[in-house]
Parts: sequence; structure tokens; C-alpha cells
Amino acid sequence: MGKSRDIIAYLQAAPLMAVLLAFLVVPIGMIVVVSFWGATEFSIYPAFQFDNYAFLFGSPVTYKVFFATFKYAFITWIFTLSIGFTVAYFLAFHVRTQAMQTALFLLCTIPFLTSNIIRMISWIPFLGRNGIANQTLISWGLIDEPLEWLLYSDFSVILAFVHLYTLFMVVPIFNTMMRIDKSLIEAAYDNGATGLQTLWHVIVPLTKPGIMIGTIFVVTLVMGDFITVRFMSGSQKANVGRLISNDIALLQYPSAAATAVVLLCTVLIVIGVLLRFVNIRKEL
Amino acid sequence: MEQRPRSFYCLAAFFCLFLLFLYGPTLTIGILSFQGKGGGLTFPMRGVSLNWFRELFEQQAVGDIWGSFRRSLALGLMVMVSTVVVSVMAGLAFRKKFAGSTVLFYLAITSLVIPSILVSLGVGLIFNQLGLKVHWTSSGFGSQLTWTLPFGLLIIFAVFNRFDKSYEEAARDQGATSWQTIRHVILPIIAPSLIGVALFGFTLSYDEFARTLLTAGSYNTLPLEIFGMTTNVTTPVIYALGTLTTLFSLAIIGVFLLIVWIVGKRRSRVGSDAGKAV
Repeated sequence: MGKSRDIIAYLQAAPLMAVLLAFLVVPIGMIVVVSFWGATEFSIYPAFQFDNYAFLFGSPVTYKVFFATFKYAFITWIFTLSIGFTVAYFLAFHVRTQAMQTALFLLCTIPFLTSNIIRMISWIPFLGRNGIANQTLISWGLIDEPLEWLLYSDFSVILAFVHLYTLFMVVPIFNTMMRIDKSLIEAAYDNGATGLQTLWHVIVPLTKPGIMIGTIFVVTLVMGDFITVRFMSGSQKANVGRLISNDIALLQYPSAAATAVVLLCTVLIVIGVLLRFVNIRKEL
Repeated sequence: MEQRPRSFYCLAAFFCLFLLFLYGPTLTIGILSFQGKGGGLTFPMRGVSLNWFRELFEQQAVGDIWGSFRRSLALGLMVMVSTVVVSVMAGLAFRKKFAGSTVLFYLAITSLVIPSILVSLGVGLIFNQLGLKVHWTSSGFGSQLTWTLPFGLLIIFAVFNRFDKSYEEAARDQGATSWQTIRHVILPIIAPSLIGVALFGFTLSYDEFARTLLTAGSYNTLPLEIFGMTTNVTTPVIYALGTLTTLFSLAIIGVFLLIVWIVGKRRSRVGSDAGKAV
């Protein structure tokens, strides 16, 4: 009985395992291998050399770009967390009927299911030199000349990140908040805690797992991004993902692979640290 | 009903602003896609016209949009079906806690959080070295699954965590085989969630970009086509395309929600035999 149960379990898990092996594990292995290869202007050739890494770590650009990547991740995290927490808190504790809760939650989720690229493009009429933001500010008399830093800047990159990824905070935080036993909150009030005290000493600690899961999503999405930075900065800013995609465009695969390996290690270390605070499977 | 505290109104206002932030830009390009013939990418509107939608339907104006749309649609359906089947099977497997399940679970999580460009690059390199041609139905399809399967799996986990095991035990006590239990007890109970998994599978694939970039081959999917347009199209025709594809996504979401609603209705009507005892 025990044996056949195990076999069935393996058969059921086999398709998932096959996909992950073929399209995740083996490709990553390939990247690691190729990161030691050499490249000419037109082709790549097998080798075992550390040139790619030596070049990567020897270039000041690398450090600047990694710093920029962390900067984007950190600032985006602050904003998505504060917005996401507030929205989830409103939905979980202030909306009274379940139907209304579901409806509002769906409203938040729908944009996630539409195209990210279109959502980025849609900021252009807002932020451009003659965009809505500038026109409004001028008509209010707040500024005389259009602000140049609204589009194609760090500002627009981070704005787009927050726009695209806040939902990844809202969903897990909302999910954890819905599981908080409401009597705990009543107990806090009965003991004379103010609303803010209850929020800080009861709700926030109990919501930590959700916050962690949201953080993992947001941080990894931002750190691995290359398209938002390219598009929203008008190719004027760089992060690690763009470094990789530029190398790919120049057919410098070994160098792209070396950068990819370093990025992967960085992301995995960050995740490893975050996972110490939460057991994902228990929180679903 | 007790009086709403003042904090409610502040939070409600914040929530409305958040919705405006989410939907405002999309609505803006929705409006601007009706820009008049001489109009540009920003306000003011120079008249109202369907000019840019018309241009979309004239093939030569803007690349192979309809071909890429058909490919994205086909790929989305392929990914949708595979995501539902594979993640349900894996979800059933994970309930049995087989040796190696922890490794597989963390592999799935890795698949979700890994920078997409790595999947793109790795799969591209593998196909290259094996002498295979990258194509959206092979390498593109597999790469997208590394993105949709973990989502499917997480939803299935959430479903099974809330699943009342006594239904299964009842079925087994009455002599149902394990396949019969799955087919007639488990699947019908989790059906609405499966519709959710299908919706995720389709829309995530339909909008996927980074993992398909180096793996789709010479035939673009729609997001790749749109991205190509951003570099060389400087007219509102791109807004018109954005509006259409967003409307398409909304329609798909609507259809799925409708199905969930109908299933729920039917269930509450015929699902219970209370009061029918002889």
C-alpha cells in the first residue's frame, strides 16, 4: 500500500518535475557552463576560463549597476509595502460584507491580468513633456515650465514598478489578514488599546508572513526586471537585467551568462534570508 | 449597525485613489486611442475618430499584428490547459508527502522568483547548442510554463489546505477507488478554483514577455510585437492596439467570472439534497 501510494505520487508529480527540469534546471546549468566559455565577435566557443567573471568584477560599471538594482528594489519595496498594506487593511477590516470584499478585491486584481507593456505605455500621455501631469501643474500655476524628470527618469521607472507590482503585496497581506482571529482585535480594544496600538502591536505582527511573501515577490520581480527600466527610462538608466539583455543583443552570451549567474546568486541570497522569516506552504 | 469610524473614510478615500492610480493611465490611452487624424500621443484631442483602429486593420501599416494575436491566443490556450492539468496532478501528489517533495516545492518557488531573463537566456542557449530552432510552440511554450505552473501550484495548495478531507474518507468508506474519489468527489469540489487556475494560466501566458523574448523564434507573440512597436511607432495606433488587447483581456476575465458564477448558482440549486429525504 505504502509503496504504490508513493509511485502514484511520483507519477502525479512527474509532469511538473519534467517541465522544471527541462526549462529551469538544465537551462540554469547551461548558463553556469556558458559563463566560463569564451566569445569572439561572431560566435562563442567552449572553454574553462574566468575571463567573463574577471571582466565583470573588474568593471566599475558592474558595481554601479548592482547598486542601482538594489536601489530600485528598495524604494519600490517601501512604496508597494505601504500602499499594499493600507489597501489590504481597508479590505480586510473596514469592508463589512463579503460580497463587497470580493468585488473590491477583484477590482484590484484585474489590472494584474492585463498586459504589463500596455500598462507601461499608458504612462506616456501622463508623464510626457506635454503630458497631463505637466499641463495640470502649469494650469494650477505651481510650475512655469514643464518638468523634464517626470518621464524617462528614475522617477518614472519606480512609478511603473509600483504601478505594476503593488498587487503582489496586496494579495498575500490580505490573505493573512483574513485569517486573523477577530477576537484578538476585540481583546486588544477591550484592554484599552487605541486603534493605532492595535494596528501596530496586534495586526502588523500577525501579518508578517503575508508581508514577507509580498516582499519576496516584489524584490525578485524588480531585481530581475530589464524591460521596465529600459522602457520607462528611455534606455537612459541601467540595472543588472539590462546589462544582461545588452550583452545578449551583442551576442556576447558568455558575458551575459556570467552576469546572470551573479544576479541569480544575489537574488537567491536575498530570498534565502527572507524565507527564514516565513514558511510559505503553511501560509497559503 | 454601528457608526463608521473616521479612519474608515480616510482609508476609503485612499482606496479610491489607489484604484484611480491602477486604472487611470489605462483609461487615458483608451480615450487617446480615439484621437483625431492629426493628433499625437498626448492630449489635447484633435477631434475624435476611429482612424487609428482602422490603421490596425490595414496589414502593411504595422507589422504582423493579427498573426501574432492568433499565436498568442493559441499559446495561451496551450499553456492554460497544461497549467490546469499539471498543477492539479502535482497538487494531488503533494498531499501524499513523497520523498523529495520539499525539493520539488522549492524548485517551483525558484521557478517563480528567478529573473525571467535567465529562463529566456538559458532555454535559448540550450536550443542553440542542441541545434534546435527556437519556436513559440516548443521553447516558448516551455518557458511560459515555468512562469504559470508555480502560480497554478500555489492556488492549488491554497485550495487543498482548505479542503475538508472527510468528503474523501466518506467516498472511500463507501468503496470508491482512488480514481473514482478524485473524479467524482475532489474534482467537482475544487472545480471553481480550477477555473481560477485556468484564468491565470491563460492571461499570464497571453501577456508574458520576458520569458518568451529569446524563446519565441522568428514568429512573435503579441506582447513581443507590441514591444517592437514601441520603438518605431510614434502614433496613437499603439494606443488603439493597447485598448483592443486590454478589452480582450477584460472580456476573457468576464467570461471566466461568469462561468464561476454559473457554476456556483447551479451548485446552490442542485448541489444539496436537503429536504428531499423520503
